[in-house]
Amino acid sequence: MAALEELEREYEKAKRDPKFQRRLEELLRTYAGRPTALTFARRLTQKLGGAKIYLKREDLLHTGAHKINNCLGQALLVERMGKRRVIAETGAGQHGVATATVCALLGFECVVYMGTEDMRRQELNVFRMRLLGAEVRGVESGSRTLKDAINEAMRDWVTNVRTTHYLLGSVLGAHPYPTMVRNFHRVIGREARAQILKAEGKLPVAVIACVGGGSNAIGIFYEFIKDKKVRLIGVEAGGRGEALGEHAARFRGGSPGVLQGTYSYVLQDSAGQIANTHSISAGLDYPSIGPEHAALRDAGRAEYVPASDAEALAATTLLARAEGIIPALESAHAVAEVVKRAPKMKKSDVVIVNISGRGDKDIGIMRESLSLE
Amino acid sequence: MPLSFYKKPALIVYVTCGDPDLATTRAVVLAAIEAGADVIELGVPFSDPVADGPVIQRASERALKHGTSLGQVLTLAAEVRQQAQSTGLVVFSYLNPILRMGVEKFCMVARHAGADGVLVTDLPVEEAGEYLRAIRTHDLAPVFLAAPTSPDVRLKMIAEASRGFVYAVSRTGVTGARQQLADDAQKLVRRLRRVTKLPIAVGFGISSPKQFAEVGKFSDAVVVGSAIVETIERNPGREAAAAGEFVKKLVSFQPSVVS
Repeated sequence: MAALEELEREYEKAKRDPKFQRRLEELLRTYAGRPTALTFARRLTQKLGGAKIYLKREDLLHTGAHKINNCLGQALLVERMGKRRVIAETGAGQHGVATATVCALLGFECVVYMGTEDMRRQELNVFRMRLLGAEVRGVESGSRTLKDAINEAMRDWVTNVRTTHYLLGSVLGAHPYPTMVRNFHRVIGREARAQILKAEGKLPVAVIACVGGGSNAIGIFYEFIKDKKVRLIGVEAGGRGEALGEHAARFRGGSPGVLQGTYSYVLQDSAGQIANTHSISAGLDYPSIGPEHAALRDAGRAEYVPASDAEALAATTLLARAEGIIPALESAHAVAEVVKRAPKMKKSDVVIVNISGRGDKDIGIMRESLSLE
Repeated sequence: MPLSFYKKPALIVYVTCGDPDLATTRAVVLAAIEAGADVIELGVPFSDPVADGPVIQRASERALKHGTSLGQVLTLAAEVRQQAQSTGLVVFSYLNPILRMGVEKFCMVARHAGADGVLVTDLPVEEAGEYLRAIRTHDLAPVFLAAPTSPDVRLKMIAEASRGFVYAVSRTGVTGARQQLADDAQKLVRRLRRVTKLPIAVGFGISSPKQFAEVGKFSDAVVVGSAIVETIERNPGREAAAAGEFVKKLVSFQPSVVS
């Protein structure tokens, strides 16, 4: 608790410090490559024959996903707190890579925890982290995926709390993480809103994003929450079936519970044990969901739908061939939803899809799962 | 019955229920009581034991393999209570299984089973309002964890919410035996004594009679968990006997009886 309170205090101070804000903006601009483009997907729009589809290109951000927005913010806080050791959990490896990246940039020791099942399916990212100077520790317990990596990261933090900062990668965990991580990602929606107004002179009717922990989704949603006519659609991992253990759709099969310091919707069995989950995309493969998403959903402000493994794979190929963009399998879930939705919408409607990351890390999985002619 | 410590230091024994099975746990607990344990913490296995080291993680995984549940642990508590009238019984669980059962229902069943207190590992005192109301209504003692990194103002909050005893975590870290116990433990107990008159139990990492005696010098009770769980793990087929022998060794270092 003391570490969380210290973090909250430092974060509040930094938020009010113009020097901190300026330094963060400068790094986002000159190092990470912000602002990211908002791309009109002309051929995809034509193919689907409905709404005009725009893609928010977080895949173009340094390290290949949106994760670094949060990593840069937290790394600057680490500097302020005078700590020199950073630990992180990672699912698909993108957050791990972004953490290793900022640690190399600022000269911190870096340890990343990753489930051994995830290490197997996202080998490229494991190598990248090590090349960047991070130590990657495989986690063998439990389901050997993201939630188990988080457990191990929390154990490390509790043990080394005086010297170490836990750079949590999503809008999960105890306060202040969900709020702080969301705030570091708000730039996505802020840019997208200004960009779409410039391009189309009006707001979109819908914003679509994939939801694992929920950071890229809340990052693009947040600025649009006040625009009541804009529908906010989160896409969860529908996996390979509806039974518990076959998917990671928290709003389909989950119920309120507490996991890893957060009270939100959790996939669990009748005895309150946390369920195993499945998704072809490691980054969506998590049994709980950011509490702010739970609040938005319960308030009726946002809606959450699943996309299956098969739909995500099909969407990957479609986007690659229609627009020359290979999305991460996570982001492909959002593309799968626009594939279903756009044809039913008016040609004058505008939709924004968040492409949260690029698909290089998933080449191995795609190679196994796709037969290309 | 209320939690009380007649010996100084009292011995609190933690076991993960259902490892390797509930019948063995019952035998282990009764053997530990027979050998001199004053309070038993009945650990409820959880899928994501974030505060536990490898020994209790393994025990939890084994217990969960045959579906050990909170309900079953409460039934076990009732069975133990029938055989042991004067031993303190504390239900030790992560929050989610309790939430799933329903806090009100849990308290009712726990009290009815004869439990004295409850320790919820991942429920900070700041979030415990609803839980404390139910706990107190059902006359159970809420036990909270105090850490070496807790600032004084938080120690006061923890002390004020606690009943029965305050659990002082001996070091920053998770459960698991350690060769050397840090100075953290003694400092923490000193700070706690300034804000509470409740007995203070020190736990995490104590695994030998020598450590038990050392820590017992400045605390009212000493918790031994992973060391017992590991003894059970290492003695398949004679878990209760081994646990009993281990407890006997520990209490042989108990210097005094408080009247």
